[in-house]
Amino acid sequence: MKLLNYTSRYLALLLLLLISVWAVLFYYAMLDEIYDSLDDGLENQKFLMVERATEDPSILLQDDPEFKKHIYNFTPISKETYQNFKESYRDTLMYMLNEKDFEPVRVYESAAVYGDKYYKLKIITSMVEEDDLVQHLAVYLIGLYLILLVSILFLNNLLLKRIWKPFYSLIDQLRKFKIEKGIPIVIQYTPIEEFNLLNTTVEKLIRKSSDSYIAQKQFIENASHELQTPLAISINKLELLLENNDLTKDHTEDLATILDNLGRLTRMNRSLVLLSKIENKQFEIEEEVDFAILTKHIVADFEDLAEHRNMKIKIVSNHLLKLQINEDLAIVLLINLIKNALVHGKKGSEIKIDIQPNSLQISNFGDPESIDETSIFKRFATASNSKKSTGLGLAIAKAIANRYSINLSYNFNKTHNFLLEFPSGD
Amino acid sequence: MKILIVEDEPQMLQNMRQSLEKEHYNVEAVSDFSSASEKIGVYNYDCILLDIGLPDGNGLELLKLLKKLNKDGGVIIVSAKDSLDDRLKGLDLGADDYLPKPFHMAELHARVKAVMRRRNFDGNKIVEVGNVIINLENRSVHIEEKEINFNRKEYDILMYLITNKARLVTKAALAEHVWGDHIDQADSFDFIYSQMKNLRKKLENATINVEAVYGVGYKLQIS
Repeated sequence: MKLLNYTSRYLALLLLLLISVWAVLFYYAMLDEIYDSLDDGLENQKFLMVERATEDPSILLQDDPEFKKHIYNFTPISKETYQNFKESYRDTLMYMLNEKDFEPVRVYESAAVYGDKYYKLKIITSMVEEDDLVQHLAVYLIGLYLILLVSILFLNNLLLKRIWKPFYSLIDQLRKFKIEKGIPIVIQYTPIEEFNLLNTTVEKLIRKSSDSYIAQKQFIENASHELQTPLAISINKLELLLENNDLTKDHTEDLATILDNLGRLTRMNRSLVLLSKIENKQFEIEEEVDFAILTKHIVADFEDLAEHRNMKIKIVSNHLLKLQINEDLAIVLLINLIKNALVHGKKGSEIKIDIQPNSLQISNFGDPESIDETSIFKRFATASNSKKSTGLGLAIAKAIANRYSINLSYNFNKTHNFLLEFPSGD
Repeated sequence: MKILIVEDEPQMLQNMRQSLEKEHYNVEAVSDFSSASEKIGVYNYDCILLDIGLPDGNGLELLKLLKKLNKDGGVIIVSAKDSLDDRLKGLDLGADDYLPKPFHMAELHARVKAVMRRRNFDGNKIVEVGNVIINLENRSVHIEEKEINFNRKEYDILMYLITNKARLVTKAALAEHVWGDHIDQADSFDFIYSQMKNLRKKLENATINVEAVYGVGYKLQIS
């Protein structure tokens, strides 16, 4: 959920609560005021009635307890009752002709004295209809609530969006940020202190990571280069020594073992250089490469190795598959995958290469235990017992695939499958 | 035949010199840019092995100098930095070949010989070893006047061994030369064996033969 909606949701809830409480309080306050004013009116009416009674005593005699004719009624009472009489206001229901229903009325009971006669005086007045009042109040409050809500949302969207713009810009850039691309983050000006703090912190962090990333990359490349010369010297010295005819079988074999291992070191070193070169975006020259033809050539190159392992490489379907790519890297990509299938595949089994218009899959039989799909493309994630594997072949393949937006994935389904999905569109 | 080695790493220089002298080349060596340009100015060499990363200058400048002086010796760039850029630049400036370090001695010999052949024996396209006659132009092999058909790999193996005759060639060096660099990660170089078997069969009537040395490599013997 977006921050904007998040705050809006809480605001809406809070407003609902506030307005509800407010409605109750407001309702009772208003009702109280209405009663107060009604009661004042009734009391005033009493004084008027009392005055009128002195002019027209007949009103004292009328017997109208149901208030059919008048809104008042006098009832004679005893002196004791008069003396103990307490004025009171109360609510009652009366049938209203116009509404054709019982509606609330306010009744005022008081006592009056005329000469030696005592009377109880009842005056009624029509009351506010509470259900109507509540209903109307509710409608208006809901209206108010909705208006408030709409204006808050509007304000949030307009104002907050503008305020949060630098933040969203930063987030957007961070999302797209790739350290290997080396594109710096562009910070927007903002007067808000927190955002400025965030921006400078992020900027600093990114600069630091980029620096160490570049340093690490350069270190690998430099270290690998520096290793080449001592390796070359050692290998050549041993080769010269091997040419010596006086060596015994044991000595020759020992020398060969050392040479083998130096060769392995050389390959590992070359692979590391290649990896950093791919990641450093060297290999700029690109051309349209036909993967079907390339696959055919590479498979032919590996024929002897396959035969030696009693394996067959079969290209099962052969669609046209072309991509704009550096040819050397395309070769390395295919070689590494095919070689991986050859080296790790079961002896005597068949390797299948399926070329589709948008994908290329290499499948080989092998030990059934599935390999971890996430770590298989990591450097030195070698699972096999093959001593000559550098553990970098698949990492290089992955790096090349990534470089050209090819999706390289692995899965196990009876066979180990490596799938290259080519970007569509070009 | 005169070879100049320009290499600042003394041990590397010594290895190359020792190996090339065995082939009876006349080898001279310098270890910096200034003495290299001096030598180039005075003498003519059939082949120059050139390290680009010299302490006092870029080896590529020597290539320019050679061009300016109109020297027609072959140049093989030997570099620790296997960079495509340097390779293209070097070849563009007239170098014949580019050999990244580390390399096998056998490979160095093969490259030197290829350059020599290209530069010096333009008319001579025939190699004769024992009773085997090889025509480099059409890659045909005759043994005792009879043409024997060699496939590409067998021919490449034979030529490589002839180039390095009487020298032990390791399986790794042979595999990388014939099958290409990318064969490197293959789990063993034993797959060479079947090609070798076929090659031996075809050399049945030849006075040369391929000898396996303790499973380490091969050696061409002339009887």
